[in-house]
Amino acid sequence: MKKILVPVKMVLDANARPRVRADETGIDLSGMRMSINPFCEIAVEEALRLKEAGQAEEVVIVSIGPAKAQDTLRQALAMGADRALLIQTDETVEPLAVAKLLHAVVMDEPPDLVILGKQAIDDDCNQTGQMLAALLGWPQATFASAIRAEEGRLLVTREIDAGLQTLSLPLPAIVTTDLRLNEPRHCALPNIMKARKKPLTIRMPADYGVDVRRRLKVLAVRPPSGRKPGIKVATASELVGDLRAAGLV
Amino acid sequence: MTILLIADHDNRVLSDATGRALTALCAMDDAVHILVAGHRAGPVAESAARLCGAGRIILADDAAFAHGLAEPLAALVVSLAGDYRAIAAPATSGGKDVLPRVAALLDVMQVSDVVRIVSPDTFERPIYAGNAVAVVQSTDEKKLLTIRTSAFAAAGTIDAAVPIEEVRAPHGVWLARFEGETLSSRDRPDLASARVVVSGGRALGSAEKFQDVLGPLAERLHAAIGASRAAVDAGYAPNDLQVGQTGKVVAPDLYIALGISGAIQHLAGMKDSKIIVAINKDEDAPIFQVADYGIVGDLFEIVPELEKALG
Ligand SMILES: Cc1cc2nc3c(=O)[nH]c(=O)nc-3n(C[C@H](O)[C@H](O)[C@H](O)COP(=O)(O)OP(=O)(O)OC[C@H]3O[C@@H](n4cnc5c(N)ncnc54)[C@H](O)[C@@H]3O)c2cc1C
Ligand SMILES: Nc1ncnc2c1ncn2[C@@H]1O[C@H](COP(=O)(O)O)[C@@H](O)[C@H]1O
Repeated sequence: MKKILVPVKMVLDANARPRVRADETGIDLSGMRMSINPFCEIAVEEALRLKEAGQAEEVVIVSIGPAKAQDTLRQALAMGADRALLIQTDETVEPLAVAKLLHAVVMDEPPDLVILGKQAIDDDCNQTGQMLAALLGWPQATFASAIRAEEGRLLVTREIDAGLQTLSLPLPAIVTTDLRLNEPRHCALPNIMKARKKPLTIRMPADYGVDVRRRLKVLAVRPPSGRKPGIKVATASELVGDLRAAGLV
Repeated sequence: MTILLIADHDNRVLSDATGRALTALCAMDDAVHILVAGHRAGPVAESAARLCGAGRIILADDAAFAHGLAEPLAALVVSLAGDYRAIAAPATSGGKDVLPRVAALLDVMQVSDVVRIVSPDTFERPIYAGNAVAVVQSTDEKKLLTIRTSAFAAAGTIDAAVPIEEVRAPHGVWLARFEGETLSSRDRPDLASARVVVSGGRALGSAEKFQDVLGPLAERLHAAIGASRAAVDAGYAPNDLQVGQTGKVVAPDLYIALGISGAIQHLAGMKDSKIIVAINKDEDAPIFQVADYGIVGDLFEIVPELEKALG
């Protein structure tokens, strides 16, 4: 493989508690800690491992998001990626439009493999990789927990509802990552310094002629309905008594 | 105009997820056709034909569909898409894999994980691991939806089956090739539809202890077994038992969490259970904030007591 492309999204940190805006227009991200989407971090790690194993020559990172997403790209560069591209916009870009922009990037580059996260932990859509595969007419292996490159094909083990499934894909191909694919490395300080000098290009959605207007109108964003406070019971027999009374056991 | 629902099955049995998705779609006041794409999947089509609310079954039987791979299935669905006003699938691993592929081919923005149908174009879906619920209105002509099945009841069955119409698989060259699978044993009730779920976390300490502690209790309660991500990552339980934002979403009548702290990503997969019981030795564990009944203590002592009390 010559090139692997890894799309990464900047999201609210997985450990932060999202605050729903009182006017129901969305989540208030002001002053909140933003991070690389955990599944995207796994995707970067996997691309780097393929490169380090001599299976790929270059790892290119791309993100669609605000200027601040440069931090996310720099993090991927510090992990070891070679260069990065930011398609800068302050608008929310939906998976279909993200897939169209990525399609255009693939046409420019073109990579032999695109590894995406299976899901962005903010919108929880789980769509972009599959959509990109459709637009390109490429094979897809979603929810990967193991990847092996072999004689120009890719063997991918997938986490499915009933267990595990293995697919063999010719290249070029699309893979989306699940949690158990790998454990991403920590970045050493010298690498963070070095990453500042790696190439990072900035473009606009308009440069690709892609219409990024939303197809889904968000009418309201509300907190979930809460649960009533429960009780602590002292013993197992007390618990069983209560569950019996409720007809549950 | 009608709705097309893509059935979830293993060529032998129609999954409960399909009937739950059907219940959701019946709220859209339209006839629902169910597509069974499989290999020697006749019996699945016959079960689908007896689901209450199904208007017609479309059976596409071909070796290309034997393993539910996205490329041939998406091509099939696109070839049938014509007049359907909405195309839906349960949000199972199969539905999540194929439907976005269909959506992009039709140039439609999909609505994932629908938990409520407000009107034929407006849907509620959880975002941020269920920390918020978004109400979204689709402006696309066709609606593409995955349905979060834990939010809907299973459809009933009827005696008189609706017609089964056979269609041919579209021609094409499919690039991804099936190599094999390792399926989990089926000796416990299915996690996604069980009335009772007993889940274990990192506290279980090993695969042996996980099985020794959860197995008998689950047996006694006719329960499915679930696990936290930490327990799956550590190899105590197989991946298909993970409950949470990125695993399975369940809403049983009774959910018992043993040695699970209650991280938001875990809560995302179980906080809509009717009754939640938590056993944890840390009285400040966040799981107690959603638990109806909590016991603070060592699960290795309390679970045997629990079994004794159950008799
Ligand atoms: C992107 C992302 C996605 C994720 N998706 C999921 C998901 O889908 N599902 C999921 O579960 N997690 C998910 N997680 C992980 C989640 O954040 C937590 O790390 C995980 O749920 C913790 O599992 P746990 O509760 O078993 O372990 P811990 O948090 O370590 O909790 C163990 C608990 O056991 C208690 N304990 C210890 N010993 C005993 C004893 N003898 N008796 C009683 N109690 C005891 C402790 O007090 C503690 O509360 C995700 C994380 C990320 C970043
Ligand atoms: N704005 C974005 N920029 C770059 N990659 C993205 C973006 N949105 C989604 N992706 C990729 O698509 C994956 C799945 O996202 P989603 O379909 O939104 O759940 C993510 O893990 C990323 O790899």
